[in-house]
Amino acid sequence: MRILSRIKLPAKLENLERLIEFVSASANEQGIDRKRIVEIEISTEEALVNIFNYAYQNTDGDVSVVCKSDDNDKFIIEIEDSGIPFDLLSLKEPDTNLDISERKIGGLGIFLIRKLMDDIQYRREDDRNVLTLVVSKSHINENNPEN
Amino acid sequence: MEINSRKEKNIPVVSVKGRIDAVTAPEFEKNMSDLISKGENNLIINFADLEYISSAGLRSILATAKKLKAEGGKMLFAGLQGPVEEVFKISGFYSIFSIFDSEAAALNNL
Repeated sequence: MRILSRIKLPAKLENLERLIEFVSASANEQGIDRKRIVEIEISTEEALVNIFNYAYQNTDGDVSVVCKSDDNDKFIIEIEDSGIPFDLLSLKEPDTNLDISERKIGGLGIFLIRKLMDDIQYRREDDRNVLTLVVSKSHINENNPEN
Repeated sequence: MEINSRKEKNIPVVSVKGRIDAVTAPEFEKNMSDLISKGENNLIINFADLEYISSAGLRSILATAKKLKAEGGKMLFAGLQGPVEEVFKISGFYSIFSIFDSEAAALNNL
């Protein structure tokens, strides 16, 4: 696995755009198309906002984002924080069949990551949360309305 | 994000350009709340120029829709395309909202 680029910034909402642009630029260099890049941006935002709100709910800290390539089909985004243990994957999925009055306001973020990314992994390593988003360049988009 | 509101046949039509993310969603939601406070209870939202929406945006739409429903009104959407259309589909928003190809089609439905 080859590291393409790495950034570390305070885990604050004010850094969201900069972090997303960072991932977006790396994905663009890897030749990923514009629509898939937007899906990567959305997934990255969901992961980061969860860190800002939950991993560091009572403290301040940094988040680091590492973009990697397997020099074949995979573009990988690793997002690390040293906040409280927080496994995004343990969250219950929202019921997307309920009507407006019954629909819960939250829980859609992780749901979007699951639907948009090809794979997602969580591990607790030392005192850090590490979330890995995997994008397959040969991905066929089953959600794509045009298909 | 850029928000432009105007009226067509006395119905507010809100066009949103750019991105609704965790940073801009509160401004979008405030805009919607202001219209509801003015007594509007049906809103047409034109997303033809919206490039990006995350769950923060979806949450602000749901919160607005819940307020409108309490007033007996609703939100109608027009012009969704690309990733925005995709996010609406996977989130189940097509089954809870009225979504039209064009503003004109949405207006005709009211």
